[in-house]
Amino acid sequence: MSHTVDNSKRRFLTTAASVVVGGAGAAAVAVPFVLSMLPSAKARAAGAPVEVDISKLEIGQLITVEWRGKPVWVLNRSSESLLTLPALNDQLADPESDVSSQQPTYAKNEHRSIRDNIIVLVGICTHLGCSPTYRPDLAPADLGPEWKGGFFCPCHGSRYDLSGRVFKNMPAPKNLVVPPYHFLGDNNVVIGEDAQGTA
Amino acid sequence: MFSSLMGWVDARFPATKMWEEHLSKYYAPKNFNFWYFFGSLALLVLVLQIVTGIFLTMHYKPDAALAFASVEYIMRDVEWGWLIRYLHSTGASAFFIVIYLHMFRGLIYGSYKQPRELVWLFGMFLYMALMAEAFMGYLLPWGQMSFWGAQVIISLFGAIPFIGDQLALWIRGDFVVADATLNRFFAFHVIAVPLVILGLVVAHIIALHEVGSNNPDGVEIKKLKDKNGIPLDGIPFHPYYSVKDIVGVTVFLFIFSLVLFYAPEMDGWFLEHANFVPANPLKTPLHIAPVWYFTPFYAILRAVPSIAGSSFPGVVAMGLSIVFLFLLPWLDRSPVKSIRYRGNYFRIALVLFVISFVGLGFLGTQPVTDLYTILARVFSIIYFAFFVLMPIYTKLDKDKPVPERVTFK
Repeated sequence: MSHTVDNSKRRFLTTAASVVVGGAGAAAVAVPFVLSMLPSAKARAAGAPVEVDISKLEIGQLITVEWRGKPVWVLNRSSESLLTLPALNDQLADPESDVSSQQPTYAKNEHRSIRDNIIVLVGICTHLGCSPTYRPDLAPADLGPEWKGGFFCPCHGSRYDLSGRVFKNMPAPKNLVVPPYHFLGDNNVVIGEDAQGTA
Repeated sequence: MFSSLMGWVDARFPATKMWEEHLSKYYAPKNFNFWYFFGSLALLVLVLQIVTGIFLTMHYKPDAALAFASVEYIMRDVEWGWLIRYLHSTGASAFFIVIYLHMFRGLIYGSYKQPRELVWLFGMFLYMALMAEAFMGYLLPWGQMSFWGAQVIISLFGAIPFIGDQLALWIRGDFVVADATLNRFFAFHVIAVPLVILGLVVAHIIALHEVGSNNPDGVEIKKLKDKNGIPLDGIPFHPYYSVKDIVGVTVFLFIFSLVLFYAPEMDGWFLEHANFVPANPLKTPLHIAPVWYFTPFYAILRAVPSIAGSSFPGVVAMGLSIVFLFLLPWLDRSPVKSIRYRGNYFRIALVLFVISFVGLGFLGTQPVTDLYTILARVFSIIYFAFFVLMPIYTKLDKDKPVPERVTFK
């Protein structure tokens, strides 16, 4: 057995060990800095449910309320406009609301709502986060003769029907989000909370 | 007296050595033309932005409840505040004009090629840092365009599969663009990114001075030197080019002042109209567009349809449109640098590239229509073809013979 020392190997091992230990230390120190940029406890707590009085919501009227800093729409759809919706199904990307992240189970139905006429939607386009415009007018010049009313995103041109279902081949990939909500009596809707009280 | 003082300093700090290496004995090609003004002008605008930025932070409040009003306060109540603010906002657009012309110079004279690959890479990192700096700065006035522009750009990160939502949340620091976002963008805009930019500027210049400047003929002046080792076609940067650059600075400041004093908003191109309305998280302006210097990339983003229920492909295309610029030194297979001696394939490709870049820039400012979407797709394809096909057409190209020495009249 030889007593010569492989210096280059020894040098490599000491360097590698120093890099690994130092690197682990640097990574550990970086963690608190990186995590400090996540939403603070205050921001996380600011998601309290919002109660909205809908007794004065006319047919065809949309009101916008703020929930967790986002616009939430409450829209009272006319029964005639609801009748136009099924005919759109083959033009839509997800007509049956199969993408489960986009609505609670109690809104996975024909009208994406608890009560047929009243729909509650988060007014944020699923493409890049602009707020679409409510366009109830029939066949306006800019949206074409087929337009039956719905939502149009000014940023990148995505179109949704009156149930917030996105049309095919739009920049937006998914339907608008229905937030958790429930009704309190006849005239109030609570946004941000299921009937069981979970958010 | 002065020389003994300098002797004292030089024994302790290489002041004279640095002066000589980078100015009085830095030999630059004697045939620089118009296109060689923009490097020093970029440095001038950088200093302008830093100085005006420091004075703006003395009055600006990085708080969602106060930011918009504090900018109006600077405009109306702070002595000369309007001038400092308009210098800064006009300077931002001027910075990009100068940088785009500077990059175009690199394209036509092959300044990205061996041995200047690192000069180009440092420059590209500078360009990216500059875009980050401009984007974060645009949020600070907390107007409608600030808010919704940031909302869209941060949402781009949200389109990345799997980690996207968490990443966007981490960038915003809240569930929507909010006070936390404004506060951190302020930190990045006034200290983090400027430090990166200054470091990269130093690296860019050191790398340039190591290999020497390119020139409109694209010939290496270091190949032919006199008996003292000075390039035959080189002249000391100072005083020759330092004095020449002063002419460029004068003309630049003349044009800059016209914009600054007569059209600081540039009819919505430098400061968008919707940004004079305070940010409203419940209402997107009817037409939103980024400031002009981002619009080519924004048009590429919009041109790509969502695939398989994901808007990620558009984000990838936008990212690639910048990544390809980084790869330029290795995509170009022609040994000839300057457009003066390159064949027609490259010339035609470059013309098409410039048309598509400017075309995309225009389309990015316009609302979406069917015709514009088709045009944006055509221009996007040309944009990418310029890079993807470059190894082929630059290899096949019939280049002309390059002279031994620079041409100089």
